[in-house]
Amino acid sequence: MSESTPTTAETRRLAAESRDRVRFEEEALELSDQVYRVARRLVGSREEAEDLMQDAYARAFRSWRQYQPGTNLRAWLLRILTNLNIDNGRRRQRTPETQPLEEGDYFLYNKLEAAAPEENPAEERVIERLSQDSVVDALAEVPHDFRDVVVLVDIGDFSYADAAQILDIPVGTVMSRLHRGRRILKRNLAESAVPT
Amino acid sequence: MDLCDQCEEMMQPYVDGVLSDVQVQRAKEHLDRCTWCAKRYRFEVELRHFVRVAAAEPMSPELKAKLAALRTPLH
Repeated sequence: MSESTPTTAETRRLAAESRDRVRFEEEALELSDQVYRVARRLVGSREEAEDLMQDAYARAFRSWRQYQPGTNLRAWLLRILTNLNIDNGRRRQRTPETQPLEEGDYFLYNKLEAAAPEENPAEERVIERLSQDSVVDALAEVPHDFRDVVVLVDIGDFSYADAAQILDIPVGTVMSRLHRGRRILKRNLAESAVPT
Repeated sequence: MDLCDQCEEMMQPYVDGVLSDVQVQRAKEHLDRCTWCAKRYRFEVELRHFVRVAAAEPMSPELKAKLAALRTPLH
């Protein structure tokens, strides 16, 4: 079989590229549920999340050649998505990094426990005093910079290193924002569960 | 700083599984002995799970179809 004519070589190259692209698109779509899970909590409303998903997937399909096969595709997609979210100018209201936050990690439990002591831990769980709606609201009220990290790590299950790559910030910043973001989340939850 | 304060400080990295072996050992020893911290540890693990479940909202079939429609058409 003669393969040396330019047209044959070109045809083969195009066929290979087309196959790679189809594979990429399929894999990206298979991950869409997991990507949406994160996207939904990065923004305030379902409509925003749906717009963001469509913009991100449109861009991903356009620039699929930049993806390196074998690397974390879900992280790659979310990097596109978080960049778009930032470009949308939805944030850039600078979050004050140093608002006072005295509460420690045990704060929420201490508050819930103090409001109604856990009499019989085997039968009653303090966690059940929280409602799912209150968690969604409390998370939405965490300032963007902190929320992005909490959502990627605690909902998206990304490692610190992946979150750092996605957001293009140092791992140390991921850790400090995560730490702070989780405490803000707990403070918000405590405020809604135990009104003062 | 007493042991419970230290344990509170270590709680997040402990649950995240990013402490060194020595630190993990120290945290475990304390949690075995201290019911006060052990309750809070259990709550922390449950809270992580609770947040994950509460935050989940399935994607609509419409969006799924829209994303699929963004694919490059096959020739």
